[in-house]
Amino acid sequence: MSSVLGSDQPAAERHEAGTRRALARLGGRLAGAGPAGTPRRGGGRTGVIVTGCVLVILAVLPLATLQIPWILPGPVDVLNSAGTLEVLGLCFVFAGVAVGFDLLIGYTGLLSFGQVLYFATGVYVLDAALSVWHWALLPAAALTMAVGGVLAVLLGSISLKARGIAFAMVTLAFAQAGYYLIEDNPHGLTGGDSGLVMSTSRLPGMLVGVASTRSLYWLTLAFLVAAYGITWLVTESVTGQVFLAIRESERRTEVLGLRPFPFKLASFAISSLIATAGGMVYLLLVGTAAPEAVASTTVTVSILVMVVLGGLGTRWGAVVGAIVYVYLQQYLLKIAAEPSFSALPAPVRVPLSQPDFLLGAIFIAFILFAPGGIAGLARKRRPAKT
Amino acid sequence: MSTFVAITISGLALGSVYFLIASGLSLIYGLMDVLNFAHGIFLTLGAYAGFELASRLPIAAHAAGFLLTAAVAAACGAVIAAMTELVLIRPLYGRPVSQILVTIGLDLALVGLLLGIYGSNARVITVPAWLTGVTSLGSERIPNGDFVALGTGVAVLAALAWFLRQTRYGIIIRAGAENRDMVRALGINVGRAFTLVFTIGGAAAGLAGLLNSVVFNGGLVDPSQGDQLLIFAFIVVVIGGLGSLAGSAIAAVLVGLVQVYVSFYAGASAGLAQLGNVSVVLVLAIVLLARPGGLLGRTA
Repeated sequence: MSSVLGSDQPAAERHEAGTRRALARLGGRLAGAGPAGTPRRGGGRTGVIVTGCVLVILAVLPLATLQIPWILPGPVDVLNSAGTLEVLGLCFVFAGVAVGFDLLIGYTGLLSFGQVLYFATGVYVLDAALSVWHWALLPAAALTMAVGGVLAVLLGSISLKARGIAFAMVTLAFAQAGYYLIEDNPHGLTGGDSGLVMSTSRLPGMLVGVASTRSLYWLTLAFLVAAYGITWLVTESVTGQVFLAIRESERRTEVLGLRPFPFKLASFAISSLIATAGGMVYLLLVGTAAPEAVASTTVTVSILVMVVLGGLGTRWGAVVGAIVYVYLQQYLLKIAAEPSFSALPAPVRVPLSQPDFLLGAIFIAFILFAPGGIAGLARKRRPAKT
Repeated sequence: MSTFVAITISGLALGSVYFLIASGLSLIYGLMDVLNFAHGIFLTLGAYAGFELASRLPIAAHAAGFLLTAAVAAACGAVIAAMTELVLIRPLYGRPVSQILVTIGLDLALVGLLLGIYGSNARVITVPAWLTGVTSLGSERIPNGDFVALGTGVAVLAALAWFLRQTRYGIIIRAGAENRDMVRALGINVGRAFTLVFTIGGAAAGLAGLLNSVVFNGGLVDPSQGDQLLIFAFIVVVIGGLGSLAGSAIAAVLVGLVQVYVSFYAGASAGLAQLGNVSVVLVLAIVLLARPGGLLGRTA
């Protein structure tokens, strides 16, 4: 079995049909039949309108001084308060990273456990360039993307030698090596265990100080739109069809005369670069790099949980999964800090005070009872029009 | 030279702990194709069970008390592992990726629960004074714990080898790893063997969690210790070849020795403290480039 995720279809026939469809579409495209054979999924025009409306609402949201009690995760129940905007920004950063990860595991069927390495590269290289070498933002960002790209191609080519579970383990090991290097604090570049606070001296004024909340919010939203757009373009292209074919059956793709390796590497590199860009936006938003929060395996697990919770291979599922995950995590922390919460009896209070426990339990429930994730539930509720 | 002997023994002891974890992972993967991310929590729960018992047991500071503590750690690991298989893995047969994901979710949830109950501060296990002492061997002083870990590793390896070769269930497990459908077609209940490998792996992991705390961590138990060890155990399993017990044993010794030698001879310089850990990843990369299936794995 070459690809792990391709083997996890509930019914063998559906798997077969999926393979045939993906390969037939691929074959048609390669033979020059054009995109005619590609059935549009999703609502088409309705989907575009809904997405557009949501985007407009999200974009003007920082201007609204609406008070929404209870629901908001920030300390103040006002929609455009700094706390709420920062939590939403965090949601968008991880949503972008998750949709990029979906390209790798959902669309190409490559189960990687090392996504955090590229996220951490984004955070730490930008931080070192800004705070240790005192570069300006643009060259620092360009350097970060270059380092992320080289690292992804280099380590991707090595780890793609391994297949299936071994691939997952090798990516995990590389990410762990990165974590240890960061902890080691080489030449004082990473700050080691205590982390490295970002220096704001060379940042443009709109990204610094109290007024920066809105611009940072818009920056994270722009990152999410860009990450989603790139993933959308790639998955709808011929290359994306090859990714799907590799997910369904690597051997048959080879029989069609295509070498899977460059395509797998391309998927790996695009996904990693989106994570690197996400790391940069994260640093600008949060303002500090701490190894436990941005470089440990916990982060990979979180991103994986987001994508699976939303629904593998659905793009918007990953976005929804990430937003739900980050929002719940922050909201549960807020609930646990309420004074009335400490009055609860210990058997109720202790599990509820740990977001990881609840998120893990929700995740297990989804795997057991709704393996298609949130996107799968939505599809079941609203059957496809014939 | 004698320093070299002491470091070698320490590396072998570390390798023994890795083997205790990797053997279960490897057996489970070999038979069921499940990569068990929840193995780390079996380990941690074993150590916490040991801590809970030792803090109540009046004879915890005696050898008999430690044996009892170790037995409880192993039993706790075994029970949790068996329950995991029955409740979470069993409903997902035939969906290997979902099985992996569910073990990830279990690990996330239980580490969170332990953090809620015990907090992030480490606790200390009461052990006999002898265990934390040293034995003089020539001019070198070697921690007694190293010998205990090494002895346990060898004993578990021997017991597993005997079990897999000589007993009916051992033979079913080996046959199942070779061809599951054939074994099922012969009218043998493979599902029971699934629960059994989880139980055995869980027991070894519980024991490993306790030994790791006592021998390498000064008796400290903390909620995330399992996850850190698990990554090295994964590396051991992949280097040895997924599903091969002998491969795991060889790789465990290799990884333990490399880690200890590099840390000792190169890790003293500033900024290189983690070089021992990084070198293990390099070994993994080299082995996989030369032999993609691992040392003793079947070539994929």
